[in-house]
Amino acid sequence: MDALNALAEWFTVPLQFDFMWRAMLVSVVAGTVCAVLSCWMTLIGWSLLGDAVSHAVLPGVVLSYMLGLPFAVGALVFGAGSVALIGVVNRTSRVKEDAVIGVVFTAMFAVGVLLVSKIPSQTDLMHILFGNVLGVSDGDIVQVLAAGAVVLAVVLAKHRDLTLYAFDRVHAHAIGLSPRRLEALLLGLLAVTVVVALQAVGIILVVAMVIVPGATAYLLTDRFERMLAIAVAVSVTASVLGTYLSFHLDAATGGAVVAVQALAFALAYLFAPHHGVAAGALRRARQARAARAGRAPAGTAVP
Amino acid sequence: MTAPARTPEAADVRTPAIDARGLTVRYGDVLALDGADLALDPGTVCALLGANGSGKSTLFSALIGLVPLAAGQVRLHGRTPDRARKEGLVAYVPQSERIDQAFPVRVADVVMMGRYGHMGPTRRPRRADRDAVDAALERTGLTGLAHRQIGALSGGQRKRAFVARGIAQGADVFLLDEPFAGVDKGSEATITDVLGAMRAEGRTLLVSTHDLAGVGGFCDRAVLLQRRVLADGPPEEVLTPERLAGAFGLGPAGPAAPAAPTGGAQEGESPWTR
Repeated sequence: MDALNALAEWFTVPLQFDFMWRAMLVSVVAGTVCAVLSCWMTLIGWSLLGDAVSHAVLPGVVLSYMLGLPFAVGALVFGAGSVALIGVVNRTSRVKEDAVIGVVFTAMFAVGVLLVSKIPSQTDLMHILFGNVLGVSDGDIVQVLAAGAVVLAVVLAKHRDLTLYAFDRVHAHAIGLSPRRLEALLLGLLAVTVVVALQAVGIILVVAMVIVPGATAYLLTDRFERMLAIAVAVSVTASVLGTYLSFHLDAATGGAVVAVQALAFALAYLFAPHHGVAAGALRRARQARAARAGRAPAGTAVP
Repeated sequence: MTAPARTPEAADVRTPAIDARGLTVRYGDVLALDGADLALDPGTVCALLGANGSGKSTLFSALIGLVPLAAGQVRLHGRTPDRARKEGLVAYVPQSERIDQAFPVRVADVVMMGRYGHMGPTRRPRRADRDAVDAALERTGLTGLAHRQIGALSGGQRKRAFVARGIAQGADVFLLDEPFAGVDKGSEATITDVLGAMRAEGRTLLVSTHDLAGVGGFCDRAVLLQRRVLADGPPEEVLTPERLAGAFGLGPAGPAAPAAPTGGAQEGESPWTR
């Protein structure tokens, strides 16, 4: 009984603080938006590009801050700019694409870090790097809600096209759609999503938010709609638990949220019903046993 | 299913379904196609034969405007590739390896993707779209498998799913990339039946294949490609050992050599490796 009370208090006590509600709101919105996008990122195989774009937008975010613009504006400009730069360098040099991506995004990130360290500001710009969800301002919350709503609305309207793009680009082209435009749309969504998530976990860990939930859900289902639902559930749970952990341990929220996500992935990796490591081992053991014991009843092999 | 009604021009035998002239495609320094010509009348089933790297895939890409042409032009039912794509005239049936088999889509979802060109911007299926998908699934014998994940099908069933996608699309010109690779004999017969029925409706099929034995059976035409067209005509005239040896590089590789040394290539055999 005491344990139960303690558990209840663990969850309720932090909610006496206004800042916890605000933090929870931002974390949950960011978790939802990132999880939705993460499904396509995982299926297309864009983890490296996601990493690149999420880091490369840093100078844009800092400049937006300086100029008093919404962060999303700078993020879009620098996200698109870095992808274009990757494309140009890739086409016009002999360096392989992954190396080009590595060079471009670290260069942009370095410029961003320089800007952060040299620009005088009232609020600590380091919060952009590491997140500061327990201290978000009203303005930050408005930006998160607006950018999150835009991303979700666009995804809702275009989700079938995005899935087609992920599945079969040639067919998309053959029926008169533009795979290039869909790619640009997805990259734009990614850049705006980075802005949503950086308030929650900081720019360094954003890439985890747009990859891990999708990868976890992919281990658990073969249906896309379910994959979306599972990714959102995993991500929102991680956001909530992570924010609580951060409060109780007095530790960085971003690290706590992403650590919980990683734990969820590890559990799915080991124990997923069909695609998990344990299930695979069991299946092989059963097959081996059947092969040893049976051998006689031909045609009963596992299909 | 009725014959494709959207393209009255298809009935005009004067306008070829596929009319490609002097197609030349370069990838950097590599010449992938070198003045390839191909003209197919509506209702033709044509086999496209050639070794790996002979430009078969590039020819497909050129027909749907996926690669820039260094020279030449393409018309599909008299239209530019761009126009033909927007009208949903052309369907591409991919090679198995090009498709992520673990992708979480069901067979019905894949076939529905054929309808996207007919739908509004959010691709929300309407009654007509669902009916077209059901009809396409039935014609390809996949009705019972509509809710399977695409990777849970056999190789032949998966091929049929992509053919069904083109049927649901209402395409007139089908480009089939190795439809018989990795397909068992039973499924092959089913695919051949479906393709035969499509030809009977006046649809045009260009089939890249390694399966020389099957070509004579259901193709009206055969085209031997080695960056340009080495031979073009009825299968029995094209599939001669001499010509095959030339095309499949048993002699010195190159677009020349119409009289390559007689090699061991026999009809029905695959002397080259994939």
